[in-house]
Amino acid sequence: MMEHLLIAPVVLPALVAPFIIMVLRHHLDLQRIFSLASAVLLAGVTLALAAQAADGTVKVYELGDWPAPFGIVLVLDRLSAMMIVLTSLLALPVLLYAIGSGWDTRGSNFHALFQFQLMGIMGAFLTGDAFNLFVFFEVLLIASYGLMIHSGGTRRFQAGVQYVVFNLLGSTLFLFALGTLYSVTGTLNMADLAVKVAQIPAEDTALLRVGAVMLLLVFAIKASLLPLHFWLPSAYANAPMPVAALFAIMTKVGAYSILRIYTLVFGPEVEATAGLTESWLLPAALLTLGAGAIGVLGSKKLGRLAAFGAIASMGTLLIAISLFTQTAAAAALYYLVHSTLAAALLFLVADLVMERQGQWILPQLPMPQTGLISALFFAAAIALAGMPPLSGFLGKLLVLDATRGAALAPWIWGIILIGSLVTIIGMARAGSLLFWKGHGLTPEDTDTSAEPPVDTLPAQPAQLPFVACFGLLGGLVALTVFAGPATRYAEATAAQLYAPSAYIDTVLGRTAE
Amino acid sequence: MELLVASAVGILTAAGVYLILRRRSFPVILGLSLLTYAVNVFLFATGRLVTGAPPILNKYEEVAYTDPLPQALVLTAIVISFGMTAVVVMIALGAYLSSRDDATAMPVEADGAEEEA
Repeated sequence: MMEHLLIAPVVLPALVAPFIIMVLRHHLDLQRIFSLASAVLLAGVTLALAAQAADGTVKVYELGDWPAPFGIVLVLDRLSAMMIVLTSLLALPVLLYAIGSGWDTRGSNFHALFQFQLMGIMGAFLTGDAFNLFVFFEVLLIASYGLMIHSGGTRRFQAGVQYVVFNLLGSTLFLFALGTLYSVTGTLNMADLAVKVAQIPAEDTALLRVGAVMLLLVFAIKASLLPLHFWLPSAYANAPMPVAALFAIMTKVGAYSILRIYTLVFGPEVEATAGLTESWLLPAALLTLGAGAIGVLGSKKLGRLAAFGAIASMGTLLIAISLFTQTAAAAALYYLVHSTLAAALLFLVADLVMERQGQWILPQLPMPQTGLISALFFAAAIALAGMPPLSGFLGKLLVLDATRGAALAPWIWGIILIGSLVTIIGMARAGSLLFWKGHGLTPEDTDTSAEPPVDTLPAQPAQLPFVACFGLLGGLVALTVFAGPATRYAEATAAQLYAPSAYIDTVLGRTAE
Repeated sequence: MELLVASAVGILTAAGVYLILRRRSFPVILGLSLLTYAVNVFLFATGRLVTGAPPILNKYEEVAYTDPLPQALVLTAIVISFGMTAVVVMIALGAYLSSRDDATAMPVEADGAEEEA
């Protein structure tokens, strides 16, 4: 029974979602209860799995009991355990927020799509097969298309078309990359790929390099690396904000895939692809951070501000990943957890403001609960910008520390520090316009068309959205207070990533010898 | 036959990319379909091109066989791309019906004004 726990994070939402669609279609309260119960159960299951993986063992689940290179396997190691725990702990407050703010009532099938999305993300983190990774990417994407246009609206549909087309192109490229890899190696199991790639003589690797670059491009699209980030701002800014908060983990799926494939399959010791990732990924990551920071400064809408904040944090994360050293990977993992929670918090706070004042960053009359919301915005802003006392500061410090020996270290330090400053200025500008300038206004000063939708807000505002926001904030505080254990776990994870032989041997069933 | 398959993949990809760059929803969807056809043919060829051979190994004698795995991959890819095409058609239709414009680029918006009721 216990060995089947490994597939529960995929199977549980996969069962709950159709049940919600087919049985509970007209019962919103029951939908909410089942969706929440599924999220809580998922959190429990993923924490139990993380406890199993914490001692460094690699667990393999063979689907259909087919042994590894022939069948599809799910693999649980420290990295995938960390990612699924992060996903389930993010999903819970986001779902609470969506229920509390009534977002799930503004269109149909929110809860079913949410569960399908969780299923795709969990599967992408757990799978040990490259083609299966593609399939789970498609599962999470097709659910995200539905969530992205949830509750409709012209701009949301237009942004949705762009988002879908961009991601379909990415999927096509993914298939081309997988086909190329398969034609060279004859396998798509990640552990088997690692063995086969290491055996290919260096002069026969032209096709392999093509495949590796195409795969990197696909993951760069998902991770919104600079020249491929164009889908993100309008998609996230026009998506319902709770959905955008859940999407904060989706860019991390790209970052996770880069970290997984380019340590396991195309690791630092494979000479065919040596230098490939370092020479391209790092400059692109630096530019991503710069573009994100400038975008934060120039945003006129709150949704875009949060979206560019997410891009800037992806830039910092990818800088740390692109160094491909063990210490940098440990820093990246710590920062990954932080930036997911911080970006999600910023999207949720942005929704609190937008529900009351509209989406533009303009001075407006003080809204209900200004004090509480502005305090939350302040916390989210300093978290995302990387100011003390929250974990963003520690994360950036770890990243800076890990890049000390790198060749481009002055550039990395300069861009991270200046990017943080620009982000802070952008956030401060938005915050002071939204929360301070409004106090000097009288009702006549504001445009009547920009009247906040007061009548749609109940007199006694819902508590649940604030519970969700404080839950995420609590996660950030916990990450700061327990930074010691968290960094130790991240270091152990990085050590496991850079010693892939245990992973390969376990997946291919070679432990007995 | 290699030339035929390779040029089919190339022409389909080129036509698909051209149509996607037209930035109107109908050509873009057609272009995406052509690209998925291209990738399906490409995936099919990754197991090496063999004619007239079954995808079955015979352990009693040496026979020509073809790699069954790419065929399974192609089937999966066809199903997924079919579903995705259906989704993108519906979303593009929704965007067209609500904005009366089939451009896939986001329109430039008025500055500072409330544009949605």
